[in-house]
Amino acid sequence: MAMDTNMNVLIVDDYKTMLRIIRNLLKQLEFDNVEEATDGQEALAKLRAGNFGLVISDWNMEPMTGLDLLKEVRADARLKHLPFIMITAESKTENVVAAKQAGVSNYIVKPFNAETLREKIEKVLVHA
Amino acid sequence: MLDVHSNGSSPDAIEQAVRQVLGSLAGDMTTTEAALLSELEALGREVQRAKTEIAALRVDDINESHIPRATDELDAVVEHTANATNEILDVCEGLEAMQSRVPAAESEKLAAAVTRIYEACSFQDITGQRISKVVAALKAIESRVAAVTARFGPGADAPPVVEVSAPVTPVTQGRALANGPQLPSSASSQAEIDKLLASFD
Repeated sequence: MAMDTNMNVLIVDDYKTMLRIIRNLLKQLEFDNVEEATDGQEALAKLRAGNFGLVISDWNMEPMTGLDLLKEVRADARLKHLPFIMITAESKTENVVAAKQAGVSNYIVKPFNAETLREKIEKVLVHA
Repeated sequence: MLDVHSNGSSPDAIEQAVRQVLGSLAGDMTTTEAALLSELEALGREVQRAKTEIAALRVDDINESHIPRATDELDAVVEHTANATNEILDVCEGLEAMQSRVPAAESEKLAAAVTRIYEACSFQDITGQRISKVVAALKAIESRVAAVTARFGPGADAPPVVEVSAPVTPVTQGRALANGPQLPSSASSQAEIDKLLASFD
């Protein structure tokens, strides 16, 4: 099934270079409407103000982490079904379990490759 | 046995107490008192030796110079690698812009090569997070050294500095579980994470 690549995608990471890398990889997948945020608070404000079809977020950010952003998203009546992929270096079982319990759609561990990103996005959007 | 830590006594206070005890031991002494005197003298010498050794360590240098310099160097490493990574990304974006101007087969190879460079460039994020962990460890050492210096170093008898504690912000689950990258030997692979996620379905 083809993905709707016209949707707005929000990428969240406190490392500017990582934002740039993810943006470029998304561009290769033909996602051109990509916005950026550098922590959970900024991301939440953008999500509440805009119309996004997918969030791709890091975990370890100040002041609001990716997990806390995920919880806020799932608690928001308008955003609660928004596909949410975590891309993080946090690879402990307890992190994955906590993210799953909070309602993460999929989980990618850094360092990752483009194929993993494509596969997870496709899986999440097809099942959304 | 005297417990320096539990009763909050400084080394100088211990030394003073030893001197007072020694001063009170006058006249003929029993064998037990003589043994006690000898032990107290040894204890006094031990305290003096420890103070001299701590002063000779120049522990202030650790907090005033070594640790700040080390953290500055690490910050510079992060900055340089970020600059280099951005330079590489600039070139990659230039190559991507050229893709439409080369034959299809070459364009495909070019795209694959650029993708691999993007993937490799994510090292900057991981190394940045690892360096942040090292900086946090250095700061913890700095704090411990400051505590030891305040207790046993020069000026240990000065009135304690009253620290104004920062407002306490609640630790969320996200913050509590934010530990940064694991060492390769203990990190879970993507396949293991996929398997774990699938176990919830």
